[in-house]
Amino acid sequence: MTDFLELVVAKYNYWIYITLMMIGLYAIIAKNNLVKKILGMNIFQTAIILFYVSTGVKEGATIPILEHAHGPAHGAETHAIHAADYMNPLPHVLMLTAIVVGVATLGVALALALRVYRHYNTLEEDEILAQIRKK
Amino acid sequence: MSQQYPALVVVVPLLSAFLISPAGWANKRLCFPIALVALAMATGSAVGLLFRVMNEGVIVYRLAGWDPPWGISYYVDHLNALVLVVVAVVALANLIPAKKSIEREFPDNQGAFYTLYILMVTGLLGIVVTGDAFNLYVLLEIAALTGYGLLAMGEGGRAPLATLNYLYMGTIGACFYLLGVGYLYIMTGSLNMVDIAGLLPSIYESKAVVAAFIICMVGVWLKMAFFPLHAWLPNSYTYASSPASSLIAPLATKVMIYVMIRLILTVFTPDFTFITLSISKAVVWLAVVAIVMGAFLALKERSLKKMLTYIIVAEVGYMVGGAWLGNRAGMTGAILHIANDALMTLCVFLAVGNIVYRTKGHHFENLQGLFKKMPFTMGGFVIGAVSIIGVPPTCGFFSKWYLITGAIQSGQYHFMVALLFSSLVSVVLFFRVIEISYYEPFSDHHGHGHDHHTTPMEEAPLSMVIPLLIVAAGLILVGLYTGDIVEHIISFAVPEGLV
Repeated sequence: MTDFLELVVAKYNYWIYITLMMIGLYAIIAKNNLVKKILGMNIFQTAIILFYVSTGVKEGATIPILEHAHGPAHGAETHAIHAADYMNPLPHVLMLTAIVVGVATLGVALALALRVYRHYNTLEEDEILAQIRKK
Repeated sequence: MSQQYPALVVVVPLLSAFLISPAGWANKRLCFPIALVALAMATGSAVGLLFRVMNEGVIVYRLAGWDPPWGISYYVDHLNALVLVVVAVVALANLIPAKKSIEREFPDNQGAFYTLYILMVTGLLGIVVTGDAFNLYVLLEIAALTGYGLLAMGEGGRAPLATLNYLYMGTIGACFYLLGVGYLYIMTGSLNMVDIAGLLPSIYESKAVVAAFIICMVGVWLKMAFFPLHAWLPNSYTYASSPASSLIAPLATKVMIYVMIRLILTVFTPDFTFITLSISKAVVWLAVVAIVMGAFLALKERSLKKMLTYIIVAEVGYMVGGAWLGNRAGMTGAILHIANDALMTLCVFLAVGNIVYRTKGHHFENLQGLFKKMPFTMGGFVIGAVSIIGVPPTCGFFSKWYLITGAIQSGQYHFMVALLFSSLVSVVLFFRVIEISYYEPFSDHHGHGHDHHTTPMEEAPLSMVIPLLIVAAGLILVGLYTGDIVEHIISFAVPEGLV
């Protein structure tokens, strides 16, 4: 039991992203309302964004802006730059793109839901399917 | 100029998409010529690239001059040069017949349709040409999002609803791929495919690498509609407008199969995929189930277009199974089938597009008397059907031949049985269609169906018939030149280690 707890605590960022992913997946599969499904999909995407962002973090590191980067010109001594002192900015930059993709997907999905609503006058999937079956 | 082909193949359609959108506001008639020129240039670049690769070998193109592990590089070898040509040619061949249907179905939204069309092709070409795992994800989403837009512009409420289902599944698939890439990035610190491939072998034992591979695969299978994950495909393709479905049906699934093969061959090694991971037999069994179920589900359909979508599901099973057989013949068959199946699917979907243009429906009742009414369209359809069944000298026969050879060599006879079974079912499927359209007379009004007056010929416009016939002729030509394609292109695409 303690082993398991240690595993959870040591890698809690992974547990959070998996939990969020499963919440999103549950909403996509189980919810009846189209907008709820779309939100579930968005939670799913956000979980992966959080996962990426958390992988860039290092213990005791600071934001990735070099200190003393100008070197001795201002009278300071030259400092060696250690990668371990700075967080990894690359996953964060990648996720800027993924956020844009997520927003675009959400926009397209909501636009589609709107078109579905205009045609069937409802967003509940069972009612839509009932209307389709009636024809 | 030829040095810039890898960039041109993506940049030209991308920029022209931005031109088409305002052009659509100013004058609708400008959209088609711009799209045509852009795709013609992309096709030219893709063909030029294929010849360059055949002469010089692998081309690595550094975007903005950044060296590979840091910048994004385009990586072109024999495998993706071939797929690039296929994507560009199919998109171009579909654009010309699409013009008439677009004019009729979306008279007010032509600019939007052409913009989405060109952006989708940009995304697909980008997926194929890129050598960066994350860049591939972004292009995957570009192709997917524009694809949703195209598919949703279809029949009433069914098209948006089916597209919404596709959107959930497509997003989950792309997210799984992104997650797999994230695992690879954690393990290797790189996003460049060739760089990752160099860093991975020392950590193949790691569970995270195995997880990364499997998560990527599941994501890609979702996007290609591999059998248990296929549920989004049939409805979204059936209710879409014909120009959209005849672009997306041949290309979207095939490009994802290319991504799968790229992951197996370049990012990971065949040794890792087929030997270290002992799941290849299980995947071939899944492919067998996909083929058999695709064939069965196609049998019960009474709509020509929906029947064809289930055939796509079965064909995806062919290619996944072939790639996972784990030998040279199977992989050759899978790569050859990417090209062949794209052309065959295009051929039959173009024929369906012509039929829908004239009869306004794609159900079996709409097919009656079509051989008299639209002889050239049906001629093209029959050639496509014969190729899907796998009759020589059409190209479908040769890729099936390689797949069956691969199945026999690896001793996985169930895959061979599935291929033969699916060919037999295809015979039944297509002869049913041909029987209805040949023997049952055309009836516009009930009760007059059995009159003996001759049905007037009412062929689709020439701009729709000629591309169809060219594609149909292409099926036979590609079949006749299969030996050359395999010898000069595909044999270099399959790594030497794979026997």
